[in-house]
Amino acid sequence: MTNQIIPSVKRKQIIELAESGKRTDGRSLTDMRPVEIQTNVIEKAEGSATVRLGDTYVIAGVKFAIGDPFPDIPNDGVMSVSAEFVPLASSEFETGPPDENAIELARVVDRGLRESKLLDTSKLCIIPGKKVWIAWVDIFILDHRGNLMDAAALAGLSALLTSKMPKAEVSGEEVKVTEEFVPVPLRAIPVNVTMAKIGDKLFVDPSLEEEEVMDCRLSVAFAEDDQKQEKICAMQKGGSGTLTPEELLRAVEIAKVKSQELRKHLPSGGK
Amino acid sequence: MEKKKLITDDGIRYDGRKLDELRPIKFQIGTLKNADGSAYVEWGRTKILVGVFGPRESHPKHLALADRCYIRARYHMAPFSVEERKSPAPSRREIELSKVMREALEPAIFAEFFPRTTIDIFAEVLQADGSTRCAAISAASLALTDAGVPMRDLVSSMAVAKVEGKLVLDVIDQEDKQGDSDMPMAIMPSKNVITLIQMDGLLTHEEFIQSVELAKKGCMEVYAKQKEALEEHFKKTMDREEV
Repeated sequence: MTNQIIPSVKRKQIIELAESGKRTDGRSLTDMRPVEIQTNVIEKAEGSATVRLGDTYVIAGVKFAIGDPFPDIPNDGVMSVSAEFVPLASSEFETGPPDENAIELARVVDRGLRESKLLDTSKLCIIPGKKVWIAWVDIFILDHRGNLMDAAALAGLSALLTSKMPKAEVSGEEVKVTEEFVPVPLRAIPVNVTMAKIGDKLFVDPSLEEEEVMDCRLSVAFAEDDQKQEKICAMQKGGSGTLTPEELLRAVEIAKVKSQELRKHLPSGGK
Repeated sequence: MEKKKLITDDGIRYDGRKLDELRPIKFQIGTLKNADGSAYVEWGRTKILVGVFGPRESHPKHLALADRCYIRARYHMAPFSVEERKSPAPSRREIELSKVMREALEPAIFAEFFPRTTIDIFAEVLQADGSTRCAAISAASLALTDAGVPMRDLVSSMAVAKVEGKLVLDVIDQEDKQGDSDMPMAIMPSKNVITLIQMDGLLTHEEFIQSVELAKKGCMEVYAKQKEALEEHFKKTMDREEV
């Protein structure tokens, strides 16, 4: 941020409005922006989804490839999440390798998807100890208008939920990928909710304007299994402000409620 | 990977500790000659050296901020610090940890006192045995103090894990790898605010609330050790003056 004056004026305005529970775009503090998810938008990907969260626009694609397992988990497939902040999405984004923000985002989305045990990696094994499926989840930010974390998490999740997986046939040491596809083995479903702290208030699904003046943000992912059991599966504070312990606990309460709301927008699994 | 049982039925852990017991933690301040401030910590078998430079002229110049000091942090692991040699090039994990380490320390620094300058915080993990980010953040806050950077408070950090269904304090490598969840936290103890919180793994809402309480208790124990180290350091400095 090169200009420090406009943000500080905006911050004052945002804080004043929040005193009466309002936001500059007319939302209440706990309102999310409209969510719109489209799936199977890229035919060449095994799974894909675009997510619009207000004006924030993100696309995710899933590709499966055969690769080597990790030596410490030789019978498990692999999931890898990456994020690209491509320069068409914001004048602040530059070309080049992912910066700390892109890496943090990918790792937080990855933790949500991984720790919820969404993908049953034990079913991605082709030849134990030798060949496994690698699920590549690639997230591209297309328009940055705030809260990339939740938009990216929703995109990655929706792409996986609607993804198919190629079928491999094994004869001896030989692996052949058939023309057939099988469903991706999925379990508990993680939903991420991010809040910005500005002053002493928490703003659910912060807009770009709010992010520019926030003290810090907190992302909380809740996983829900097929028994409707809810657990916290990932959390990350970002930004250089602080949270009081009470704010932290309140944020988790809010995230629990909001994650249920977001679940209603998810595509149903299987393709 | 064969799984060893990490906690006995009477609640004794792999390395002989109780569930809420910390490893021996020893901070040493001012261990480097060139850095403006430095600290070394032995946190069980985890060994980390932190050096602070600045506030100094910003380089490259475009990083300079008009109203405050630019703070840069690097968390880096030595290739020999882990079981299998790690490439010295920064990994994605190290890039993320550098970011969260900076964000955990920034709230404590009076950055507005030094506009247009940079403070560099370099943490080198010499040996990693769990809780490296907590140890690095706690040691870095001492190194900043040693550099004479004005601070609102120290930053004290501790991780809570869920291992075999039980919440444990100060996680070692084994527990981290086999555990169900890991939650590092950092606080500014006298202000009672959180400057770092991360979590992965599965926790119920109740377990999470308990984890925050337990982490806070751990952070306060680290805080006591940090203050001890500061006292010792300044006492030594004064003794030297008197000779």
